Amino acid sequence: MSTTTIPVRELTAADVTAAPVLPDVLPARRERGAVMMFIYRHPTIAAGGFLVALIIAMAIFAPWLGTVDPTALAPAKRTRPPSELYWFGTDMLGRDVYSRVLYGSRVSLIVGFSVAFFASAVGMAIGLISGFVRILDAIVMRIMDGLMSIPSILLAIALMALTRGSVGNVILAITVAEVPRVSRLVRGVVLSLREQPYVEAAVASGTRMPKIIWKHIVPNTLAPMMVQATFICASAMITEAILSFIGAGTPPTIPSWGNIMAEGRALWQVKPYIVFFPAIFLSVTVLAVNLLGDGLRDALDPRMAKRI
Amino acid sequence: MKAKTTPLLEVNALKKHFPLHGGLLGLRTGNVYAVDGVSFTIDRGETLSVVGESGCGKSTVGKAILRLFPITDGEVFLDGERIDNLPAGQLRPLRRRIQVVFQDPFSSLNPRQRVGDIIAEPIVNFGIASGSELEDRVAGLMDKVQLPRDAIHRFPHEFSGGQRQRIGIARALAPGADLIICDEAVSALDVSVKAQIVNLLSDLQDELGLALLFISHDLAIVEHLTHRVAVMYLGKIVELADRAALFATPHHPYTRALLSAVPVPDPTVQRQRIILRGDVPSPINPPSGCRFHTRCPFVFDRCRSEEPLLRDVGLGRRSACHLDVVPETAPTVAAA
Repeated sequence: MSTTTIPVRELTAADVTAAPVLPDVLPARRERGAVMMFIYRHPTIAAGGFLVALIIAMAIFAPWLGTVDPTALAPAKRTRPPSELYWFGTDMLGRDVYSRVLYGSRVSLIVGFSVAFFASAVGMAIGLISGFVRILDAIVMRIMDGLMSIPSILLAIALMALTRGSVGNVILAITVAEVPRVSRLVRGVVLSLREQPYVEAAVASGTRMPKIIWKHIVPNTLAPMMVQATFICASAMITEAILSFIGAGTPPTIPSWGNIMAEGRALWQVKPYIVFFPAIFLSVTVLAVNLLGDGLRDALDPRMAKRI
Repeated sequence: MKAKTTPLLEVNALKKHFPLHGGLLGLRTGNVYAVDGVSFTIDRGETLSVVGESGCGKSTVGKAILRLFPITDGEVFLDGERIDNLPAGQLRPLRRRIQVVFQDPFSSLNPRQRVGDIIAEPIVNFGIASGSELEDRVAGLMDKVQLPRDAIHRFPHEFSGGQRQRIGIARALAPGADLIICDEAVSALDVSVKAQIVNLLSDLQDELGLALLFISHDLAIVEHLTHRVAVMYLGKIVELADRAALFATPHHPYTRALLSAVPVPDPTVQRQRIILRGDVPSPINPPSGCRFHTRCPFVFDRCRSEEPLLRDVGLGRRSACHLDVVPETAPTVAAA
């Protein structure tokens, strides 16, 4: 009959007394907290994650961070330089740039995260379909190639031209432009995963197709997907700013980093701070998200570095 | 009742050709004749080893029996019932009886599944057990392959190659299979672990009456555990014989060449080695006549035009060679 476990001899008193007491020459192990250990192992994730968290907190708590109504006009106090009262100065309508930049982060973050989420979900579905339904593959992938041949910013501008400017429409337009990239990535991963011996073993052990996709394929696409999602998030924030900058994105009634810069553009040479502050915030946010993505990529799978 | 003479598995003139696509339009430009007419049987509790060089189609035979892809031609019978042409729905319950252990212990286990779930998957799929009964079964299987009980909640990457192969074997045993196809199951393991896994497979075979289709290129391992051996060359079986007969007096020139390549751990033994020249010809464009004629030291005209059939050459041995008596030594004038 079968044995239960590999037999391991129990330690007896003889074993304990037989071992000589070692002199205490080794330095005491430095105890590091779990947080310090994580920062030490994944410095990019820690830095990126910290910055992203900071910006999210800033967006959420904007009303309590010494801001005023970002849309309140004060023509008498227009184009004031940064001062103790107006930290980032005021724009040509007398609105407080500090308040506008803080509230503007909400648009960037909402657009970035929504596009990352929707583009991943839709791209995942399309990638799975073309990876598994081989008849559809050629058709779906040619449509994706067609979409990818149009620069994503042009595609988003074209889509925005068809609709009214609103945050929802901006999200939709950028999502459509980002989906082909995700679906290509997922399709590639699916095609390599379905040849894996563990998928063949699952087929041999009677696993049905939906369960194979759900249990064996999808979980293994999540790591590259998550990394891709962070890059999509960063690129969506930039695209949103560009759209708002050229007046095709977020309507001027809602402050966003793009339209703050657009409004300050005319005064760039005399009052650079109106453009400067939203630009700095956009750069830092995009940098933070990209750092997070890079760190995740390295932590999840070093081999993936070559693929994306 | 099934007749006693019905073998567990019968493979009859199995063919698997992979289409090659090329050109601008991706049209079919040719075939890879991976398996080209292979027949054999396996009885209950028996081990049949399929040996040959890499690329000779031995793994394709295993995957064709598992129906991981549709076969090109031929028949596969399980307990006298034809299974190669069954639709997927009718095949699924029969899959329970044929399981597989793959070569690479790293890619054959889903890295995102816990060991307990990996082993439980076939049991759940076939509705064999659930709840606490399922847990008992999984625990029993882990004991059987000598995995520690606490492995159940861990992920495959926490285990060594040998332990992962044990997980793979437990998964193959889980649905109560009659036949396990070991596709180079020990080739990726180091020597001591290899021996452990081979012994485990032998013990399990004795205990459960399993039939094994042991696909390998390692003749030393094959000699240790098999009952019969099929030697494959370029998609065909060239010799099929009992272990003792094959290893003592191989008939086919290719079998001799293979056996003469096995190292003997005794430096004083003088051996006659048959060194094959050249590479295995391409399975896309196999040689005419006997497929081995391009490398055979005993080649003569008939070999180039007429394909030898697998025929009885005495002592329960079948060989596909035109020569009834293959000379002991190679002719001095080397054939082209």
